[in-house]
Amino acid sequence: MISPEKCTGCRTCELICTFHRSEEFNPKLSAVSVMAFEEASVAVPIMCMQCEDPSCMKVCPVNAIDRANDGTVLINDEKCIGCKMCISACPLGNITYNPRARTLIKCDLCGGEPQCAEFCPSGAIQYKEATPTNLEKKRKMGTMFKEVFGEVGF
Amino acid sequence: MYGFTGKLLRVNLTDKTIKKEGLNPKDAREYLGARGLGTKIMMDEVDPKVDPLSPENKLIFLTGPLTGTFAASSGRYEVVAKAPLTGTIGASNSGGHFGPELKYAGYDGIIFEGKSEEPVYLYIKDDEVELRDAKHLWGKTVFETTDTLLEEVGEDAKIACIGPGGEKLVLFATVMNDRHRAAGRSGLGAVMGSKNLKAVTVEGSKSIEVAKPKEFLNICKSSRKSLKDHPVTGTGLPTYGTQILINILNESGGLPTRNWRDGGIFEHAEETSGETLTEKYLVKNKGCFGCNIGCGRITKISDGKFKSFGEGPEYEAGWSYGANCGVRNLAAISNANFICNELGIDPITMGATIACAMEMYEKGILTKKELGRELPFGDDEAIVEFTKMTGMREGFGDKLAMGSYRMAELYKHPELSMSVKKQEMPAYDGRVLQGMGLEYATSNRGGCHVRGYLTSPEILGIPAKLDPHVTTDKAAWLKTFQDLTAVVDSAGICLFTTFALGLPEISEMIRTGIGLDYTDEEILQMGERIWNLEKLFNLEAGITGKDDTLPSRLLKEPIPEGPAKGLVAQLDVMLKEYYELRGWDEESVPTIEKLEELAIK
Repeated sequence: MISPEKCTGCRTCELICTFHRSEEFNPKLSAVSVMAFEEASVAVPIMCMQCEDPSCMKVCPVNAIDRANDGTVLINDEKCIGCKMCISACPLGNITYNPRARTLIKCDLCGGEPQCAEFCPSGAIQYKEATPTNLEKKRKMGTMFKEVFGEVGF
Repeated sequence: MYGFTGKLLRVNLTDKTIKKEGLNPKDAREYLGARGLGTKIMMDEVDPKVDPLSPENKLIFLTGPLTGTFAASSGRYEVVAKAPLTGTIGASNSGGHFGPELKYAGYDGIIFEGKSEEPVYLYIKDDEVELRDAKHLWGKTVFETTDTLLEEVGEDAKIACIGPGGEKLVLFATVMNDRHRAAGRSGLGAVMGSKNLKAVTVEGSKSIEVAKPKEFLNICKSSRKSLKDHPVTGTGLPTYGTQILINILNESGGLPTRNWRDGGIFEHAEETSGETLTEKYLVKNKGCFGCNIGCGRITKISDGKFKSFGEGPEYEAGWSYGANCGVRNLAAISNANFICNELGIDPITMGATIACAMEMYEKGILTKKELGRELPFGDDEAIVEFTKMTGMREGFGDKLAMGSYRMAELYKHPELSMSVKKQEMPAYDGRVLQGMGLEYATSNRGGCHVRGYLTSPEILGIPAKLDPHVTTDKAAWLKTFQDLTAVVDSAGICLFTTFALGLPEISEMIRTGIGLDYTDEEILQMGERIWNLEKLFNLEAGITGKDDTLPSRLLKEPIPEGPAKGLVAQLDVMLKEYYELRGWDEESVPTIEKLEELAIK
């Protein structure tokens, strides 16, 4: 769950992501990237959304990409031939390539304990089930209506 | 050594040569990085007597071994040169994203030498490094320059540059990076301008590795937790920014008002406070690279004559334009601060210089004819107008561009400049906070609060509460704070981490990061070594113990009201004790024994 309104653009997520994966600090090798838009005061962490119907999985010619039982879309490095079709197929740009290690970089939710969520200082990245958060968002929207219509007084 | 990239760039602007050279591991072991290592390079390569704005001065951008790592608030880099405002060693650090990116490109730092005939900028993309023409950028503001360069070199680059202030050699011009962050004090932007160097763009794709990944991660994790749990770094700073200090200092009676003349209580403090800023103008918080605190403010004045948008103001800038100029309008204060960022000048010195001019106007030393307008205390339009004029060196702004000391001296009233070593003291009255008075007098870059921030114990009670009004033990506290701060600055992390972290945590990050088995004491001693080297540079530059003093107003005029009513800064007694503790003679010269103990030279 990403809440861009909370993101301070500090990129702590990028740091811990690369360190968790390969014990080095290098934002360019991170599976999560913060896109900051200065003039609009907006920063958005972008990462694999673990699609229900993943294009990357469909396009992979050697079936190296699979959905695990918990819904995580995983790349099997053993099977991967490095054709990079998945990079082209992902409509969100969330798969990249590490030219030195010759492996693909994609969020694997750190095996169920996403480090970016754990260390995000502002709570802009949170790891939780989708449904309750959506209700929260709906409630927030509903509250705005309440404020607008509430003034009329029925 | 881990943490470092092991490489420096040496760029000669006169003959346009660029060399890649190895970092001297012995120097790194003794002076760490950033501020400390920069000072060592200056000492080795530059005559301290050099004119700061001449080609013989060097301009050094340096990161520390923790810059760009998971260490808390690791977005810092240091700009080092001989400073034009003070004539001392100049070292100013800045956050944002530029410093880490320089390391990802594979360089610990850049040494600029000489002077280019025409405006240039340095382009860095990993191994590709070149000087490029910057004629089309000359005259542009910091924001215009940044936008133009991002289009030219690609949006992923990070930019450091100067604005018109640096080009026009305003003596307190800043080096700006990531638009709003500043290596702010003592005029290093003017050094960059004097070399016709407009900007540095950098993009990198390399990795930084640490010596003991597991141990390093552990200490970073626990440090981040401490920062999150601490009332200042976890709540106060993220909620209200540094401006939270306005009300706190005002209550202590230590918020200098109207050029420090009216004591330390500003009757309109609340209107200029961090609480008011948050309530009226805050858009959202912004964090520097890897920062857990996120004290940065994106602020917007939506309407009225001060309509504007930017970042800040930070406490000391908010004070200099606010209480110090007697201005109660936070919209005007913020607007003036934004203009400083845009034009690349230091808002602390700018506001304080206008405050000095306001007192000179009130005393009839400056006239309406000369100024081009009236300049009473409290004039909110004047702070904005004169800031613009100073950055562009127009009208009376040309004189303000010298800073308060040189301006007041020109009119034969240097005593009205609230400065030490010609640099303006910020935001904490040394008559109320006796320890801060000693800090201003002894800071190696002139009037400055971030060399040994005794406000922390004297007002906030961190790490222990000290009575601000007494001199007891202040010299010893200050020495420790100054030495520790030198370590923090040289490691490449933010000073604000020290609200929650102490020497053991910081030392552990350094040890596990770079892989050398220093004890905590050896690390603190490294800070002392850096401090002494800075002092030696200053002594050779002709800045002596006589300059370790305070404006006569603080030494002779008792503070007129508040909890410390009747007090003056009792500098003499503290200074004597301080020199003794430092192992310096009565003229502030380090003894041979001290230098041997620190293994200097």
